Amino acid sequence: MRVALMVTCVNDAMFPDTGKAVVRLLRRLGVDVDFPTGQTCCGQPMVNTGYLDEAVPVVRTFVHAFAGYDAVVTPSGSCAGSARHQHSIVARRSGDAGLEKAVAEVSPNVYELSEFLVDVLGVADVGAYFPHTITYHPTCHSLRMLGVGDRPMRLLRQVRGMRIKELPAAEQCCGFGGTFALKNSDTSVAMGNDKARHVGETGAEILVAGDNSCLMHIGGMLSRQRSGVRVMHLAEVLASTEDADPPMHPVEAHPVDASRSDIGGRV
Amino acid sequence: MSATFVGMPAFPVAARTALADTQLRANLAHATGTIRAKRAKVVAEVDNWEELRLAAAGIKDNTLLHLEEHLVRLEESLTRQGAVVHWARDAAEACTIVADVAKSHGVDEVVKVKSMATGEIELNEALAKEGIAAWETDLAELIVQLGDDLPSHILVPAIHRNRAEIREIFLSHMAAAGRPAPDDLTDEPARLADAARLHLREKFLRAKVGVSGANFAVADSGTLVVVESEGNGRMCLTLPEVLVTVVGIEKIVPTWADLDVFLQLLPRSSTGERMNPYTSTWSGVTPGDGPQEVHVVLLDNGRTRALADDVGRQALRCIRCSACLNVCPVYERTGGHAYGSVYPGPIGAILNPLLKGVGVDAQTDSLPYASSLCGACFEACPVRIDIPSVLVDLRAQVVDSHRGDRFPKAEALAMKATALAFGSGGRLGAAEKASGLVGRLLGGGGRRRLPGGRKLLGRLPGPGAAWTDARDLPTPPAESFRAWWKRTGGRG
Amino acid sequence: MSARDDILAGVRRALREADTSPVHVSRGYRDTRPADVHLFVERVEDYRAVVVRCALDEVEARISDALPRDARAVVPDGLPWRVPGSVADDGLSALDLDDVDAVVTGATVGIAETGTIVLSHGPGEGRRALTLVPDLHVCVVRADQVVADVPDAFAVLDPDRPTTWVSGPSATSDIELDRVEGVHGPRRLHVIVAG
Repeated sequence: MRVALMVTCVNDAMFPDTGKAVVRLLRRLGVDVDFPTGQTCCGQPMVNTGYLDEAVPVVRTFVHAFAGYDAVVTPSGSCAGSARHQHSIVARRSGDAGLEKAVAEVSPNVYELSEFLVDVLGVADVGAYFPHTITYHPTCHSLRMLGVGDRPMRLLRQVRGMRIKELPAAEQCCGFGGTFALKNSDTSVAMGNDKARHVGETGAEILVAGDNSCLMHIGGMLSRQRSGVRVMHLAEVLASTEDADPPMHPVEAHPVDASRSDIGGRV
Repeated sequence: MSATFVGMPAFPVAARTALADTQLRANLAHATGTIRAKRAKVVAEVDNWEELRLAAAGIKDNTLLHLEEHLVRLEESLTRQGAVVHWARDAAEACTIVADVAKSHGVDEVVKVKSMATGEIELNEALAKEGIAAWETDLAELIVQLGDDLPSHILVPAIHRNRAEIREIFLSHMAAAGRPAPDDLTDEPARLADAARLHLREKFLRAKVGVSGANFAVADSGTLVVVESEGNGRMCLTLPEVLVTVVGIEKIVPTWADLDVFLQLLPRSSTGERMNPYTSTWSGVTPGDGPQEVHVVLLDNGRTRALADDVGRQALRCIRCSACLNVCPVYERTGGHAYGSVYPGPIGAILNPLLKGVGVDAQTDSLPYASSLCGACFEACPVRIDIPSVLVDLRAQVVDSHRGDRFPKAEALAMKATALAFGSGGRLGAAEKASGLVGRLLGGGGRRRLPGGRKLLGRLPGPGAAWTDARDLPTPPAESFRAWWKRTGGRG
Repeated sequence: MSARDDILAGVRRALREADTSPVHVSRGYRDTRPADVHLFVERVEDYRAVVVRCALDEVEARISDALPRDARAVVPDGLPWRVPGSVADDGLSALDLDDVDAVVTGATVGIAETGTIVLSHGPGEGRRALTLVPDLHVCVVRADQVVADVPDAFAVLDPDRPTTWVSGPSATSDIELDRVEGVHGPRRLHVIVAG
């Protein structure tokens, strides 16, 4: 089976540790994952903002990079959703029958990480060890666009040494929403504050999710609120083992200032 | 009522005001939380819910795709049953028809059942100009009308008001409209409902003309359906001598039997009940029972425009249950006024642009962006309207309507530049190197780090400030994933 | 061009390029199930209506129990049960009806799944205003009129008749989505399930 990593533009540029974790995890499970260097982005930022013409070359680059692989694995529910649900719309818009055909061949092979592990590899216990207390946020696109269901939780429940706290109102959107976070930043922030508050209520040390863009938003609020809770991608948790605890940067001691940990505290 | 949605600012601006209103946010969180739980409970009771949703979507789609045939049949059936059928291209025509009927009976007032269509065409304001008072009789509509307010929810237009505010409105404004509220009125919901009962009773008993909308219009029998709770609908549909019903042309179902799926879906989705207290069905005039003069106004007002939209057409399946509002995380925080229309929430974010067209005014164009695309609305919709997909399609229409602009927006230029960077892996790698450099420069002075140790960026310039004003952002890493892979072959 | 012709032309234009092939609608939800009278009683009670069960020959006694002493009751033509002291509906005005305390009627269908009673306003049920204006509605539903669910109800109802579907007393949830029983329609619903 030829397996490609679609690392996503956000992870490539901002969160390379997530991509490295996927590589480490898959290799541990015996999958020789490849990284096609022609890849860039799924095109979702353009599509979801209304720039379909601008998305055409991006989708073209995507299918070119990932053509010929049996599976394309990505640590992002949102980007997998874009490939599976939006690429055909972009291709139709392009009027390029060749692109439509290429999309029809590539997009069904795109898997979000937990789907690939559970459905393709058939594993739930990936041999991870992570001695921390976490809570899990099911991101909207993984939950409702892809329908990953409880796959991430099935994987997380097998991680040794880890305690999982239930997140209140877990299925409600964190308010990221791509360019929504900029165009409707007040609403986005209001949603993010509620999510951050719920995360705080769990008492977990770490918030885990399958999309770094959502985590960048929630983590950015948790940090601004000096909550002391850090965020981590599902892949990094699953890649952790006794021998190799995650490549975690030394945690800097934050004085948790109660008066500043409420909503809207600024630097 | 002088309150109007005309001239509302674009969504982000209106939302900011709403978000700052802590009372409003508390009222909304309480109300939407309550209704979400009720809905979830009664939907879970139905083991074939998904089958019902599919059937409803199919029936509506089949009807919309052959709408002309069904409209003509509806007209024939209504006429056969003794109703007078009128057609209205737009709001002004519809209002004129209703006003003319009222004037022909020499009345200076009508009683009204809550109706989205008459709200959409601003019938009350039009009748007021003709010297005819239109009394809203649904409790929530009464609260909105007496408070000179605007509706903020499809099912519960006064959802933004709590009991204390409602008591204030009744005490201050009921007297000017008829029977005053009792002096010892408390804010107990039962007492407030009783005050409304007494206030409206005299209006019901004397009214000569009733005005309603309809939840459904059955083509083969000419039956109209009104689904309600309080009995105000029955009062308006039954006691007056004359009844005028304004019906959007998309409200058709082909047969009486087709109603069997919708009357299972609507109450559970809407009020979270197995069945709403009252549903009335009537087919034209029934001798000796109810109004003996019955008018039906078939309203277009942008519906044919929506019908022409291949992706957006599905919005015309909407049965106005408001389940999408109640589950929407955006609506829950901003409330309905920010949408600038009687149709707020996710369905409003697609229906308004579909009815009015995009590229005309900035307020309407802002609506498709008033969503994080979380998909909760699609999941809750009883007629399976894929609202996120329609939103994305409408965003493209908004962008396309500005492609010819002489001065493209900064966003359009940014998207073009990003698309160029995303055009090849090599170009993206170069851009990442540059951004890493810029990021390290921007983050250079900051001492704070994210939990986990990453350095933070400072305040971003331009549109990026909308991010960093409320959220921290890590500096880009020293090495992108791409660069790491190139350096190590993935074995670093 | 008339508004009618304009709108119909607009509809045609809108669908000129649409794929109009019919969508298949599965009607599996209409599978018939047996009607459960116990469930009907439970579900009507859930709306905070009063429900009593009795034998067919006890209906008149139960009606009399349901009516408060000295209550002014009105009955429609064709009611198969005697209600002593009641007035017959001979075209009472709305104001007259407002002075009446109670109305006693039969029904056409009871729906077990939703606890709904459907009136089709023929003999024994009366015109629509009759069961609307008085504050107490005493409604007799025969057990053999109870059907399982909403589709079964539509199957037996005649669209040419006006119908009123009653699920409990009038109610509103318009204040903070808290349900309050008793608004404009009858504030009390008393259901006698007979047989």
